[in-house]
Amino acid sequence: MAHAATHDHHDDHHGAPTNFFTRWCMSTNHKDIGTLYLIFSLAAFFVGGSFAMVIRAELFKPGMQLVQPYFFNEMTTMHALVMIFGAIMPAFVGLGNWMIPLMIGAPDMALPRMNNLSFWILPFAFALLLSTLFMPGGSPAGGWTMYPPLSLQTGSLAYAVFAIHLMGISSIMGAINIIATILNMRAPGMDLLKMPVFVWSWLITAFLLIAVMPVLAGAVTMLLTDKYFGTSFFNAAGGGDPVLYQHIFWFFGHPEVYIMILPAFGIISEIVPTFARKPIFGYKAMVFAIAAIAFLSFIVWAHHMFAVGLPLGAEIFFMYATMLISVPTGIKVFNWVSTMWGGSMTFETPMLFAIAFIILFTIGGFSGLMLALVPADFQYHDTYFVVAHFHYVLVTGAAFAIMAATYYWLPKWTGHMYSETWGKVHFWSSVISVNVLFFPQHFLGLAGMPRRIPDYNVAFANFNMISSIGGFWFGASQLIFLGVIIHAVWFSKKKATDRVWEGAKGLEWTVPSPAPFHTFELPPVIRDEELAHGHVED
Amino acid sequence: MGQQQGAYFVPTKSSWPIVAAVVMFVTVFGAAHWLNAEPGEASFGKSVITLGFVGILLMFFGWFRSVIRESLAGNYNSQVDRSFRMGMMWFIFSEVMFFGAFFGALFYARMYAVPWLGGEGHGVLTHQFLWSDYAASWGANGGGGPGRVGGSFQTVAPWGLPLLNTLILLTSSVTITIAHHALKAGHRGKILVFLGLTVLLGATFLYFQAHEYIEAYKELNLTLQSGVYGSTFFMLTGFHGMHVTLGTIMLAVIWLRVLKGHFSKDHHFGFEAVAWYWHFVDVVWLGLFMFVYIL
Amino acid sequence: MTSGGIRPDGIKPAFFKRAAMAAAAVAGALFTGMALANPKPGQLNMTRGVTEWSSEPYFLNNVALGVCVVIGVLVFGAMFIAMFRFRKSRGAVAEKWSHNTMLEIVWTTIPVIILIVLAYLATGGLTSFADTTGSQMTVKVTGYQWKWRYDYVDYQGKAIDKVGFMSKLDDQSNDTRQLGSGLDPNAVKADGEQTYLLDVDKPLVVPVDTKIRFVITADDVIHSWWVPALGWKIDAIPGIVNAAWANIKTPGTYRGQCAELCGQDHGFMPIVVKAVSKEDFAKWLAEQQKPAAAAPAADASAGASASATAPAAPTKG
Ligand code: HEA
Ligand code: HEA
Ligand code: CUA
Ligand SMILES: [Cu+2]
Repeated sequence: MAHAATHDHHDDHHGAPTNFFTRWCMSTNHKDIGTLYLIFSLAAFFVGGSFAMVIRAELFKPGMQLVQPYFFNEMTTMHALVMIFGAIMPAFVGLGNWMIPLMIGAPDMALPRMNNLSFWILPFAFALLLSTLFMPGGSPAGGWTMYPPLSLQTGSLAYAVFAIHLMGISSIMGAINIIATILNMRAPGMDLLKMPVFVWSWLITAFLLIAVMPVLAGAVTMLLTDKYFGTSFFNAAGGGDPVLYQHIFWFFGHPEVYIMILPAFGIISEIVPTFARKPIFGYKAMVFAIAAIAFLSFIVWAHHMFAVGLPLGAEIFFMYATMLISVPTGIKVFNWVSTMWGGSMTFETPMLFAIAFIILFTIGGFSGLMLALVPADFQYHDTYFVVAHFHYVLVTGAAFAIMAATYYWLPKWTGHMYSETWGKVHFWSSVISVNVLFFPQHFLGLAGMPRRIPDYNVAFANFNMISSIGGFWFGASQLIFLGVIIHAVWFSKKKATDRVWEGAKGLEWTVPSPAPFHTFELPPVIRDEELAHGHVED
Repeated sequence: MGQQQGAYFVPTKSSWPIVAAVVMFVTVFGAAHWLNAEPGEASFGKSVITLGFVGILLMFFGWFRSVIRESLAGNYNSQVDRSFRMGMMWFIFSEVMFFGAFFGALFYARMYAVPWLGGEGHGVLTHQFLWSDYAASWGANGGGGPGRVGGSFQTVAPWGLPLLNTLILLTSSVTITIAHHALKAGHRGKILVFLGLTVLLGATFLYFQAHEYIEAYKELNLTLQSGVYGSTFFMLTGFHGMHVTLGTIMLAVIWLRVLKGHFSKDHHFGFEAVAWYWHFVDVVWLGLFMFVYIL
Repeated sequence: MTSGGIRPDGIKPAFFKRAAMAAAAVAGALFTGMALANPKPGQLNMTRGVTEWSSEPYFLNNVALGVCVVIGVLVFGAMFIAMFRFRKSRGAVAEKWSHNTMLEIVWTTIPVIILIVLAYLATGGLTSFADTTGSQMTVKVTGYQWKWRYDYVDYQGKAIDKVGFMSKLDDQSNDTRQLGSGLDPNAVKADGEQTYLLDVDKPLVVPVDTKIRFVITADDVIHSWWVPALGWKIDAIPGIVNAAWANIKTPGTYRGQCAELCGQDHGFMPIVVKAVSKEDFAKWLAEQQKPAAAAPAADASAGASASATAPAAPTKG
């Protein structure tokens, strides 16, 4: 077959451009752009994390010691926005960029130039967002949910809104690119039901992104006009309703939280079979469960609004729909455990993170289920119980999956093995401290500590101090992570083999380590027994 | 370059994406600065926006020029074509969802917020304790909300200009389809005529809409500030109008490209993308005509 | 504790609900079983509260926790067994299967059944909460940045005129909470309780054994009125009125906080509800009405009408 990738210029056919600016700012290479995304997200993780450290430091003991209340609220708001839109989402896009073409045997993303634009919007969007911290009016401080009318009191609202518009554009273009890549660039023979679960999870996530990012853009646009142009969308005197904003926001917001977990499910579904040396249990059920979760995510949004005074019928509907999500999610958890059962397991760092993910994410899921019970949520809502819930699913869920993926694929990216010892140190230090950090927050919430407060009654002192200590410890542990990465990229002497992991299957392990600048310029031949878990017998 | 069917095409480095990111940033930075300035305060915002817009235009020009060159050079095989098509389709879908947010706001305001404020169902107590003298209705009487925000106003009658505009857009959908068929049949003259007609119809639509806006502001006292009625009215029609503007510009560009002979019978994705977009704008208008004007 | 076994009206105590109650007791015993009115240092579980209804969330919380703990033990248990038995270092050889339809059906159905039970329990609690009819008293609550206003609307069928007041953070807490005040939060006490940030200048006084309807709104931004001992919170939204009810069974002082971010001093707008006997309440009410009848009471009426006018969102431009 005469398949060959062609390039409109032939000067750089077989290697990366040598000029720094040309290579990194004008790139059309999925690997380089993926790397940019990953570096960006790591930086954002540290920025967002330092904001969290300010929060934890102020909450270390009762009384105001460090910051003014308004600044505290700025920290809470910016922490969440930076973590969600800067750390978690770009990390997944980066992983998708790097791995999807490799996993489906494509030479690159479908729309490589747009890919570069998707990335480059981000640094500018965050410059805009973070610059508000230094403005006279202060940055947004109404929480990441930006409920009006409070958010309309923000001096610098326009900057934040436009920053969110930019991030939205970036995400939508990224998602379009991923869909086009997966649907159009698969190597001949890579049927949809032979794709790795990670690719499936991203396909579905991309649909979610295209469906809900514009809705967020619409919501914040209405905030903008309410503040600057005198519209009344969210003003009851003018016939609007502040609650309307919350409906629109959460119509975006709930799918958004699954946008941050579905690719994580995909990653775990890659790692567990590799280290159990056994094909994934129930491949089709796994794919179907992801689709079911994505579908359900559109009809549960008002579970964030149980306390706004919804009509009774609405409360009941959203409660039931929310509870249903536990079923497909449960299927995934059970299937991961069954994949381990009867395997031949080893416990390298990626596997350790994956196992911690399964346990701790499930704990976060359990508290989610508790939150779904409306009468109980009347008590939990807007307390630290909610904070504990979502940090379990986001930090020990999404962020742990990203760390697992980093250890798993780092040798493929760099061609060097990371230090297994230090990886394990990072793991144990993180997994212990993260529980010290977030588990006591359940108790605080149950005892009645509201979220988003800079100071509290002395009855909450002991658990807050424990939580803060856990927080500093967890934060410090991430310096080890940084160290391991830097070591692996520049200093590690240990060369990685092509397959890297004994049990690894799938196309990405058939290319050399480090993956050359251009891969699969000729489509690979797909052999079923070599597929990650695409070998479905029924 | 000898292209075989099914070969991959990977474009190489390009500076347009990063230029695009910069000019987008400049534009919104200017806009934010302008909005945020205290009334009367001098702001460099407007000049920065202008700068940004010019940059965006240049960027589009440059980026598309290189794409057109590649296309004319025959680099784009059917796979690239499919990627482009998918890109356009999902982009339009995202636009549908964007409009969805505003339509959702309209439905919610009409079906829930306003009736509740008037004491229906779930809103009994709200009405009783806060707005007991408010008789809820949509449109001229109650659409300004219980606070009569924006003062009393009248609504735009659907069977005048809006109906005319509906007919104009429907006709334009027909003309662009004729042009498309002509393109497939290779009748260049016919394409130019019908595509040109489409552009003119789009421009006429915009002219009428501007007229309608001026009348609304001057005579009906219907403004963006007229409670939630005015908010939804101008947000929806205005956002749609922006899309018509963009669509018309795109149509004009395509017309020029036809003139230059860029499209062939079976290779004219650029034309089709614009046509899809135009149909989408048309369908949205039908929704608007229905829910904003008639009902 | 009088509230322990009281079931809300209109819900028949189904048999399995009692059984679930027992399970809840076991789950609850993992934590402190006591009903706590105010937060206690080291408190691990939700308060049972002091109203007719407040045992609902408490009960649901314990049942759900119990269910989750059991599922957790099973799932994580299986996983740890797998990790122990099937490790390569013990010579385990990987098997090839990747399917078991029977199992998959089982672990889809069982969660569904569990969820149906939970949903049933929660729905009962919710419907009784939604029913504000038959209340003997109405209090209007209005949230302001950063204080609360209480207006007594009616009591035992009679409208109450001009009894209303603002309620804000007590001075001692307020002095202590200033950045770098150097004052010790532990030193803030009222009636022997450590009330830092949980005390107000003027508490809301209500009678016990009375179904009180709260109508809740706000004047500027969204707040949320929450006293854990009453078992619920509900948002105070400008321009909108929400309703909830409580029937307090035990006299006492119950403390809560604003539970919706409302700006810089969101953390500093506590709520104190003082539940007294009906007789004491009647006396208190009479006292409140006295000065109100004598003087023009400009304060109360101005406040009441202020919240009735348009709480326009701050706009600009
Ligand atoms: C990755 C992100 C993520 C994920 C995956 C989830 C998952 C879930 N979440 Fe969570 N959630 C958030 C992120 C996330 N959430 C965030 C950020 C907020 C706060 C936003 C804010 O206010 O700022 C929030 C808030 C939130 C609330 C609102 C709380 C409040 O403000 O009052 C609710 C209420 O229903 C809820 C429910 C759920 C449920 C039912 C799930 C389910 O998907 C969980 C399903 C999983 C399991 C149940 C475990 C595994 C299953 C089994 C082992 C099977 C058997 C189990 C049973 C039958 C019980 N979440
Ligand atoms: C998306 C993901 C995400 C992630 C990863 C995190 C990570 C963390 N978050 Fe959270 N958080 C949210 C999303 C996330 N968060 C959201 C959505 C909210 C709600 C906001 C709202 O109410 O609007 C929230 C709110 C929130 C609160 C409640 C604030 C309030 O209600 O006022 C707290 C308090 O403890 C907290 C803490 C933390 C901590 C300690 C971490 C840690 O995991 C962070 C660890 C990382 C680092 C610390 C950085 C790396 C290390 C360094 C910079 C080195 C220097 C540090 C030391 C030497 C100590 N977060
Ligand atoms: Cu009032 Cu928070
Ligand atoms: Cu949710």
